Amino acid sequence: MWDEVLVISIKLAVVLGVLLTTVPIMVWVERRGSALIQDRLGPNRVGPFGLLQPVVDAVKLITKENLIPSGVNTLLYVLAPAIALVVALSTFIAVPFAADSGLSLFGHKISGFIVAPDLNIGILYIFAIASLAVYSIVLAGWSSNNKYSLYGGIRASAQSISYELAMTISVVGVLMASSSLMLSDIIEHQTGTVFGLLPAWNVFPQLIGCITFIVAAFAETNRLPFDLPEAEAELVAGYHTEYSSMKFAAFFMSEYVHMTTSSALIVVLFFGGWTLPWVSLPGGWLGAFLSLGIFALKVAFFLWFFVWIRWTLPRFRFDQLMALGWKAMVPLSVLNFLWVGVGMALGWL
Amino acid sequence: MVVQVVFFVAAALAVIFSLIAVAHRNPVINVLSLVLVFFAMATIFAVLGMDFLAAIQIIVYSGAILVLFLFVIMLLNIRKVERIGGGRPLQALLGAATAIGIGAALVLGASKLAPAGGAVLTGAERGTVVPIGRALLGSHLFAFEFISLLLVAAIIGAVYLARRESR
Repeated sequence: MWDEVLVISIKLAVVLGVLLTTVPIMVWVERRGSALIQDRLGPNRVGPFGLLQPVVDAVKLITKENLIPSGVNTLLYVLAPAIALVVALSTFIAVPFAADSGLSLFGHKISGFIVAPDLNIGILYIFAIASLAVYSIVLAGWSSNNKYSLYGGIRASAQSISYELAMTISVVGVLMASSSLMLSDIIEHQTGTVFGLLPAWNVFPQLIGCITFIVAAFAETNRLPFDLPEAEAELVAGYHTEYSSMKFAAFFMSEYVHMTTSSALIVVLFFGGWTLPWVSLPGGWLGAFLSLGIFALKVAFFLWFFVWIRWTLPRFRFDQLMALGWKAMVPLSVLNFLWVGVGMALGWL
Repeated sequence: MVVQVVFFVAAALAVIFSLIAVAHRNPVINVLSLVLVFFAMATIFAVLGMDFLAAIQIIVYSGAILVLFLFVIMLLNIRKVERIGGGRPLQALLGAATAIGIGAALVLGASKLAPAGGAVLTGAERGTVVPIGRALLGSHLFAFEFISLLLVAAIIGAVYLARRESR
């Protein structure tokens, strides 16, 4: 009983630690990466290559005045950033991040490098919790008593509903192919190669589904080119205009945690998770750490992809966003779904 | 034992928050209370071994439909709900009678439907999609397809009402 509690606590501590450590690293990558793309220098004064800049940023955010403007709905105003952070941090517990080969810790079986290994509906759990993220934005926008914030909140709710549909339908193909809702089974399905060369990753047979999923993931994390709720050129700072200090930091951190979870999901669903197609990993702790490294590298690539896209593409107009969501994303994801169904019925997939 | 405790706590929370959802004057608080009601119901499903229903409850109701409610409230910028129905005793009486009738029917039906070995799902099917899939596409296939038809009809109706007059 108690050793089980201990193992789960250690898993939670590791996952939370890693998730919260990626935030400052990603802030640094974002600032230096944007400078690289725009041919600037970026922050380079604090520490080597400006690596300590996020620490300085954090100190600034913590020591800033924690302001509650007059006329706000205090309960919802304080609740909104809390919801943002809770939702962002609780999605990752269903993500398997390393190979399990029957290892044990303190005489207790680890049963997978995943916090909640017995969750049969892992992917649905992630979608369920992630679908609540929009409440933080909508409530922040509504409670701030500011018309720009309100516009940000309205945009967030419309955008979230439109893109969640395409996201869910594009995942159905993957679930059909592996006939399971458990993320570890989905990774299991993608091990090895087809035709002796090509990795058996879902991205190859389901390219359309992969693209619609990645686009919808951008929209759900409110990253450019889909950051209409924030849209600093039109709405000051959108839904978090009235927030300062750590309440603002909570929104900021949750965006980066969502990016990490989305990247991990893209890797698990379409790029084989912690497996490599051409080599079989050794068992034991060595294999576990190697697979963890592979997973981290793949996730790191997609995190860079998020930054890369942000500083490359301009923002959509809102009508373009809605047209893309309903007239392109939803039909394309249904097409992928039909293709997987037909392919499975004819025995191709 | 744990199942009973979790069930009663979740059920009590569901009742309390549904009362708040009806009675509070702030529309956003109403919607948020409804979110918590759905969370309590998801907890009840999960403790009965129906993880799939719990997740769907949150995805569909909390994640989509109530967001739509909030969207409408914000679009119309409703700050306070006016008290309605004052001075209409007949309607209030009829409403209360209907509510009591539906409640009694539900309690009666639930007591008739209760399975012999308890409602908690155990064994290999616990927490999986299998029982739901079997029920929907097996024994209840006709009702399932009929509801799909109903939804399509509703969509066509909505599109017809929302179309632009081309003159």
